[in-house]
Amino acid sequence: MVDLDLVDLSRLQFAITAMYHFLFVPLTMGLALLLVIMEATYVMTGVEIWRDMTRFWGKLFAINFAMGVATGITLEFQFGTNWAYYSHYVGDVFGIPLAVEGLTAFFLESTFVGLFLFGWDRLSKVGHLFVTFLMAVGSNLSALWILIANAWMNYPVGAVFNPDTMRMEVDSISKIIFSTVAQAKFIHTVSAAYVTGAVFVLSISCYYLLQKKHIGFAKRSIVVATSFGFLSALSVVVLGDESGYLDGQEQKMKMAAIEAMWETEEPPASFTIFGIPDQKNMKTDYAIKIPYVMGIIGTRSLDTPIPGIKELVSRSKSHIRDGLEEYKVLHRLRMGYSTNREADKEYLRNNFQYLGFALLLKKYKDNILLATDEDVDKAALDVVPNVLPVFFSFRVMVACGVYFIALFGIALYYMNIRRNFNKIWLLKMCLYTLPLPWIAAELGWIVAEHGRQPWVIYGILPTFMGISSVSKASVIGSLIGFLFLYTGLLVVDIYLITKYAKIGPESKHKIR
Amino acid sequence: MWIEYDSLRVIWWGILGFLMTGFGVLGGIDLGCGMLLPFVTKTNNERKILLHSIKGTWESNQVWFITGGGVLFAAWPYVYSVVFSTMYFALFAVLVALILRPVGFDYRSKIDDSRWRSMWDKALFIGGFVPTLVFGVAIGNLMEGVNFAFDNFMVVQNKVSFFSLFSPFSLLCGVLAVAMLSTQGSTFLMMKTDGDIARRARKIAILLPFLTVALFAVGGYMVQNLFGYKLLARSGVDLYSNPMGKAVAYKAGAWLENYTIYPWMRILPISGFLSSLAVVTFALLKRPAFAFLFSSLTVISIMATFGLSMFPFIVPSKLDYHHSLTVWDSSSSYLSLLIMLGVMIIFMPIVLCFIGFANKVMFGKVTEADLKKHDKQSY
Repeated sequence: MVDLDLVDLSRLQFAITAMYHFLFVPLTMGLALLLVIMEATYVMTGVEIWRDMTRFWGKLFAINFAMGVATGITLEFQFGTNWAYYSHYVGDVFGIPLAVEGLTAFFLESTFVGLFLFGWDRLSKVGHLFVTFLMAVGSNLSALWILIANAWMNYPVGAVFNPDTMRMEVDSISKIIFSTVAQAKFIHTVSAAYVTGAVFVLSISCYYLLQKKHIGFAKRSIVVATSFGFLSALSVVVLGDESGYLDGQEQKMKMAAIEAMWETEEPPASFTIFGIPDQKNMKTDYAIKIPYVMGIIGTRSLDTPIPGIKELVSRSKSHIRDGLEEYKVLHRLRMGYSTNREADKEYLRNNFQYLGFALLLKKYKDNILLATDEDVDKAALDVVPNVLPVFFSFRVMVACGVYFIALFGIALYYMNIRRNFNKIWLLKMCLYTLPLPWIAAELGWIVAEHGRQPWVIYGILPTFMGISSVSKASVIGSLIGFLFLYTGLLVVDIYLITKYAKIGPESKHKIR
Repeated sequence: MWIEYDSLRVIWWGILGFLMTGFGVLGGIDLGCGMLLPFVTKTNNERKILLHSIKGTWESNQVWFITGGGVLFAAWPYVYSVVFSTMYFALFAVLVALILRPVGFDYRSKIDDSRWRSMWDKALFIGGFVPTLVFGVAIGNLMEGVNFAFDNFMVVQNKVSFFSLFSPFSLLCGVLAVAMLSTQGSTFLMMKTDGDIARRARKIAILLPFLTVALFAVGGYMVQNLFGYKLLARSGVDLYSNPMGKAVAYKAGAWLENYTIYPWMRILPISGFLSSLAVVTFALLKRPAFAFLFSSLTVISIMATFGLSMFPFIVPSKLDYHHSLTVWDSSSSYLSLLIMLGVMIIFMPIVLCFIGFANKVMFGKVTEADLKKHDKQSY
């Protein structure tokens, strides 16, 4: 039987290491682009304060970048250490974007970050700007490939099952790369990263204004951050809606969980703005609903119904039964009692769509061909993710997104348009917003990945099947090790960023 | 099919070897410098000079390892999942050590306090020493065979225990790796620095190659009696990668048979010995660039000797010889390999240009005067 403790420990380790990693990634991407803007201004105008801005924010960038690299190494190898069966099952497909990321994006980013930091005296003005630009391109490309890989986990297109190798193999690489989910995810995630970079610059600059120091420096930084941040914040929400639409198309269950939509409603469905989902009884207590909104977001139409959780559970029952038929063929093929191997293989190459649903039964029976009706019922219920955390994470994330638009809008109005940098309440508001983009980003990942459960590859491979055969003690050991190491480093990282942010830029400019 | 599946597999075996030796040569510089940090520097300024000599390039050198991991995942998924899940703690140790490096480099001079710096200096030493030792030990383990097998649904059965990773042979490989990459670091420091550091580095470049040669020779001697693997018959159908359908013999000295079948391969171990001795010669002659060149050649030769001795095996199985992973049966699908070959052909030359450019910009010796000039951005 599946060792569920080992599964949970492996999941916990992946979640922790990935979430730590994502504390540093968005700032790297967002700040890199802001550095390009600042340095380009310096190169075009020749005004030295812009170079000093690039160097100062570049120093904070470097502290953060080191942590991004450090925590990123683990992720490239963790699929192998803790998710060996997953790696085997989908490596043929999932490995491609990872390898391409290393080759195209990571080499670019890492080669040029060294030159960015140490090439100031060794490169011409334009040469250095070009280096900064390539570094930013590298970090954004990196996100593109990783999100293509991640999108495929959520929406596995362009791959087929091969019964001979017992794994998924590439069928159409263009479907994988140009998957609509990947595009929406990429834009949504990089926009969120740009918001993070903009909030970081805005918030620290407002701190200087509150302290009445580095005035000229802070004002210019604010002008860049608010314009850039406002556009990015709009893009996150608008394109987040696009990913909502796509969730509705491709992953009906995730959508239903996000909305705690237990029943299929008459179209257009209403949107639950607040409530307490009760998974056991499949209902939402204290629900406050806005009519029509959900149907319009989810289907972009007034008459397409959105299936509720109960309906999806009953659909998956039939998927499981269909999957069992496919599994029967796979079983006789792999166990060597098939009488017509070629015909069986041919059958499986065309009929593997519900194999993953049958594998859900592995939680209840070692030989799933012996599964009872009761097992099927239980497995069908397993396709519902944990509704409560997904429901609330989503709402807090969206609230953050709307707040960012408002904040940047107000900041844009007062500070960029009316050139009024003296509104203390606004400066304080900007300062205290600092942690919010990180909270929103981490919650976003919880919605996307916790909401994908019980699948590691949606509809193809249940998460609990993906683990390695390692001992529980090993995973506990490495989990504790990573936790201590990462937490220690995070404390150091925050301490250093705070220290250098407080010291501020070094040159004293008279320009105000 | 304009290229056969088997040729594609051999090409990808070569690309993996290329990335691994690329990391050995370039990443080896930084791992070596990390290991040498406590031995060739006495003062804080000297340590700064050492770190500055690799400051602009170590990050891109490390990408060879990361990309190697990505390529292993994409082109050799069986190998990726078997090696990393069975050698769980070895890889954990490597990851922890490698995590310490970027932060060590970046953070050590951020607070002006000697205890703070010495903490990160230790981290940088660990970041050089542990991965090198573990890579060597892992390679020794691969040659001795790994305790794994597959079940009918290709789930890996893992019978490797932490302590079973250490045998006299695997430890010898570990120490060989340490000696080899320390030499690599020392010849690089001879090129990039002046004065005391260069003098101490030269001493190391003169002495350590003897250890490399001795361990390589003893290792070669041990391999004569070591149980190796020999592919007797491939599975009937090679249109897909199924590592369970072949016949394998397990016998003493099998890893040396390739050298009888292909006598030209003997050039690799010979080059390993000769270039190692050339390092000593050029270090004595105070020609650091040549010493570095031959040290790099040593790394390439020794790593290639290991790879070619095992060909076509990549991960032999001690639990069930017939489940061993070979070049012929543990790759990705034809289409997957073909797609990535296209990507490789387009991007690898571009990447090599970047690296060449970065090294050109950072070219030249690092001196104390440089440190003063760059104090604001220094390590």
